[in-house]
Amino acid sequence: MLDHVPEVHPDPQGKLAAGSILYLDGVTVTFDGFRAINNLSLVLEPGEMRTIIGPNGAGKTTMMDIITGKTKPDKGDVLFDGHVDLTKLDEAAIANLGIGRKFQKPTVFEMLTVFENLELALKTARGTFATLFFRLMGEQRDRIHEVMETVGLAEKSGQLAGALSHGQKQWLEIGMLLMQDQRVLLLDEPVAGMTDAETEQTAQLFLSLAADRSRSLVVVEHDMEFVRALGSKVTVLHEGSVLAEGSIDKVQADPRVIEVYLGR
Amino acid sequence: MGPITSRLVALNSTQGWIAFAAFGLVMAVLVPVLNLMVPPSSAFHVPDYVVALMGKYLCYAILALSLDLIWGYCGVLSLGQGAFFALGGYAMGMYMMRSIGERGVYGNPLLPDFMVFLNWTELPWYWLGFDQFWFAVLMVFAVPGLLAFVFGWLAFRSRITGVYLSIITQAMTYALMLAFFRNEMGFGGNNGLTDFKDILGFELSARSTRVGLYVSSVIALGLAFLLCRFIVSSKLGRVLVAVRDAESRVRFLGYSVTNVKLFVFTVSAMLAGLAGALYVPQVGIINPSEFSPAQSIEVAVWVAVGGRGTLVGAILGAFAVNGAKTWLTGVAPEVWLFFLGGLFIIVTLLLPKGLLGLYASLRARFASVKAEEKRHA
Amino acid sequence: MIRRVLLLAFLALVCLPGPARAEPFADAVQALSAKGFRERTEAVEALAATGDARAVAILEALSEGALQTTADDRVVMVRGGTAVDAATGEVLAEPGPLNRITVNNSLRRAIRESLGRLGLFAAEPARRQAAAEALLNTQPSQESAAMLREALANESERRVRSAMEFSLAAMDLVAEDKTQRLEAIEVLSGSLDRRVRSMLQGRLAQEEDAEVRAAVEDALESIQTQVKVINFVSNLFQGLSLGSVLLLAAIGLAVTFGVMGVINMAHGEMIMLGAYTTFVVQEIFRAALPTAAFDLYLVVALPVAFAVTFLVGVGLERGIIRFLYGRPLETLLATWGISLALQQVVRSIFGATNKEVANPSWMTGGVEVVGGLMLTYNRIVIVLFALAVLAGLAALLRWSSFGLHMRAVTQNRPMASAMGIRTGRVDAMTFGLGSGIAGIAGVALSQIGNVSPNLGQAYIVDSFMVVVFGGVGSLWGTLVGAMSLGMVNKFLEPYAGAMLGKILVLVAIILFIQKRPRGLFALKGRSVEN
Repeated sequence: MLDHVPEVHPDPQGKLAAGSILYLDGVTVTFDGFRAINNLSLVLEPGEMRTIIGPNGAGKTTMMDIITGKTKPDKGDVLFDGHVDLTKLDEAAIANLGIGRKFQKPTVFEMLTVFENLELALKTARGTFATLFFRLMGEQRDRIHEVMETVGLAEKSGQLAGALSHGQKQWLEIGMLLMQDQRVLLLDEPVAGMTDAETEQTAQLFLSLAADRSRSLVVVEHDMEFVRALGSKVTVLHEGSVLAEGSIDKVQADPRVIEVYLGR
Repeated sequence: MGPITSRLVALNSTQGWIAFAAFGLVMAVLVPVLNLMVPPSSAFHVPDYVVALMGKYLCYAILALSLDLIWGYCGVLSLGQGAFFALGGYAMGMYMMRSIGERGVYGNPLLPDFMVFLNWTELPWYWLGFDQFWFAVLMVFAVPGLLAFVFGWLAFRSRITGVYLSIITQAMTYALMLAFFRNEMGFGGNNGLTDFKDILGFELSARSTRVGLYVSSVIALGLAFLLCRFIVSSKLGRVLVAVRDAESRVRFLGYSVTNVKLFVFTVSAMLAGLAGALYVPQVGIINPSEFSPAQSIEVAVWVAVGGRGTLVGAILGAFAVNGAKTWLTGVAPEVWLFFLGGLFIIVTLLLPKGLLGLYASLRARFASVKAEEKRHA
Repeated sequence: MIRRVLLLAFLALVCLPGPARAEPFADAVQALSAKGFRERTEAVEALAATGDARAVAILEALSEGALQTTADDRVVMVRGGTAVDAATGEVLAEPGPLNRITVNNSLRRAIRESLGRLGLFAAEPARRQAAAEALLNTQPSQESAAMLREALANESERRVRSAMEFSLAAMDLVAEDKTQRLEAIEVLSGSLDRRVRSMLQGRLAQEEDAEVRAAVEDALESIQTQVKVINFVSNLFQGLSLGSVLLLAAIGLAVTFGVMGVINMAHGEMIMLGAYTTFVVQEIFRAALPTAAFDLYLVVALPVAFAVTFLVGVGLERGIIRFLYGRPLETLLATWGISLALQQVVRSIFGATNKEVANPSWMTGGVEVVGGLMLTYNRIVIVLFALAVLAGLAALLRWSSFGLHMRAVTQNRPMASAMGIRTGRVDAMTFGLGSGIAGIAGVALSQIGNVSPNLGQAYIVDSFMVVVFGGVGSLWGTLVGAMSLGMVNKFLEPYAGAMLGKILVLVAIILFIQKRPRGLFALKGRSVEN
């Protein structure tokens, strides 16, 4: 039955790909017969901020896995900058192209200090020998301190990341994304476990990041207050494909979205 | 001070350099002097067997360092270190076999005795060049390094991690052991390589040669230690720790985990090869039992006993466990395996940071007790 | 026995009318005392040609030096101090001085051949068959062929007939008559006896007739094909047998490593403990129970071994392994330590040497399917046993409530715990189950190999390879993995030798794992990646 779902290509000629920063079309991935992503299509403009919502199992994290190269799709196009085929690249290559990712569960290097975590994320040559003979220069050190200020961890520079609170770890991970200076930031539930005040600060940070339109942000979040605070275009995922797209008010009024969230 | 010198100076803290120098002086100068210059009647005389034993332990310490680099820092428990050690040992053994020349039992100028015994008429191609010391030394590093590189490339590229990697490195070691047991392989089969006469023209039975080999081992250990320090104190060292603790996160930062692991695995295999090459002339034999999987796992317990991810702990552990082995197998051989087995369990259950960790926590407790006393006084 | 035959024969003789007394039998017997060896040889052959049953005893006596002559030139057999007239069977009260009839090598050979022919008429089918088969080893002769033909005509026993036909064919192969040769070739072409191949090849070297040559070539080819088929089947069986040994060794691991994710390096030692339990049960049976009960010891050893290793497993899990969950490399090291200690315990109690564990009588011997293909009972039992254990485990996991709890705990521990499942207890039971299965594997393996403290070490690398190759967490994968490794090993052996074959298999697995890191039957999806 599932095999005969008609293929819907909103963009058969790939016209939308040109000029986009991230372009997914007809992407499908199956785990043991279960379609985690089903004919998903999504286009992200340069400098755009996009919020993705959807119930559990809608395929939000799997979508990020596909974009960052962790999971290979069974079929479909995934393009970066309108022409780079991401399905052919591994995680490291995609990261070096300019796509950064923050995980759902904050992952920082717990046995390294805050400073060292940021140093590893610093945008420098990633080669093994270059890393072996790397020496930190003055302006790079300044940049690290600058980011530590931005994410409010200046006091914690020498502390092991493992000793930080949950919210601080989230901030550190965001700081690492800033260090990487990426063109696309994928943020998976960035405010989970944060206090209201911290959530507020995070929203401010994201808005300031998006303000100069030099980078694009994809934010996956459950917290509707936070989504509203970001005020960006919202995409609703359901059972691996796009259910609705538009402003938060439009989406919340959509009967299909209400049905999915409130049950049928 | 130039950038390179300052980088080298920064390898150790001031205290660290003092300890390094003191250890080096005692091992490389004091022990040989007490062995060669002080008469046996004196209480300060270091007997020959102690020098021989120390020489062996030094090689084990290099082997332990090699495992600590890949396991303690990068989290990859390689059970192939014994195999790399044995390959280095075989390379050196082949050189010493070739330099026996006509002095063998069969007096064949070209073929080692065991080949004459097997009615071989020609030297296999892979024995060519081993009459040259420089070539043998090159192979001591190249053969284990190349094996680790190829094997590691296949394994790390396929993201084989954790116990899976341990199991397949163990299978590799096991396969090599079976292979070297075969006479047709041309490495002396069961008996391996032995009856060496000299190395670089120095008679192996001479006391001065033995002390020379011993001092070379001390120097090799010192250099190996500094090399490992250089790696772990660099930014790459921090990437290693990051790979150990959150491998996939490192990928999303844009580092190639495969290349990083491949680099340390290869370096670590070469160090193990060096240890084997120094070991064989000192014990006078190399045979396939060195490949036995049990040997490789035993190295892990040396490192764990000393304290993982510290380098110094690996050296300490190698000396401590092997010292205990020498003593116990002499006094009560049936107890040794219980002791070793118990060590594996105790170290994983109760002493995850090893002796160094124990020392650190004892010192911390002592300091807090003292502070408490001060407050009460 | 021989005496009674002789006596009957004697009576028969006495009862026979006069002219019959001048029979060739008596003359031949008398001729045995001739002066020259050549004459005596002829006499032996003449005696055999009579086909008379009495001749057997006489010829045997001759070859043993018990045939002697009296002063008046009567031929007598001397048995246990009494002399009996060889021709008449009359017992001589006072034989007087006796002279031994000497034999040389050529005479001995003639005796042997004659006895062979005479055996064709023996009363017991087994002896007739033996005689027919023995003729294969002698120089083919007209006389032997004639005798065989005669014996065949009277033979009713199927097995004896086929043996006779076979020997006759071997003789007819060199017959003058071409059709006889062709018929012989036809009979022989069905045989897998090694001797037949050399006979036919010998024939091929000498044969001049084109038609016969072609027939021989065809026959050789058909034999070659059959041999190939049999070798294949034999390899298949050997592979199946090795595969089930690997399967037995690996099933327990499929539980502890596959289901629980605990890497147990002491798994081999559980097998070893099972084997030693078998040894102890055997010794108790030998010492305390009647011999008749001995065959049952293996049946008793199974539950005992399971119980012993189950308890050891539960003890290890509760005492050591549970503290190491989530730290697989540490678990590897700690369980390695356990394995060293267990080996030393056994070495201290039982000594370092191999212990002998006997097969019960119902496991000794085997069944010969076709010529040269022997399936031993112990191997067959192990194949069936391994499959039974696997099926039992699969059923337990699938249908029992314990199996349900086990799967629940491995899939989602906090949820299972919230549902009221005592996860600690399930862990201990699961580890005990894996260990117990290793223990009963030890019972089976004690039947085909040495029982020594190092027994487990021989299996540890292999069983991990099976589980990893088959796919962790899949019993089906374990079965396929074990069987394919067993097969590949056995099919490589003839070409590469046992050790090189094993090395090649290891290298192949190592390469295979690179391609499919999660094994043949891998689970997929996001959940398995962590």
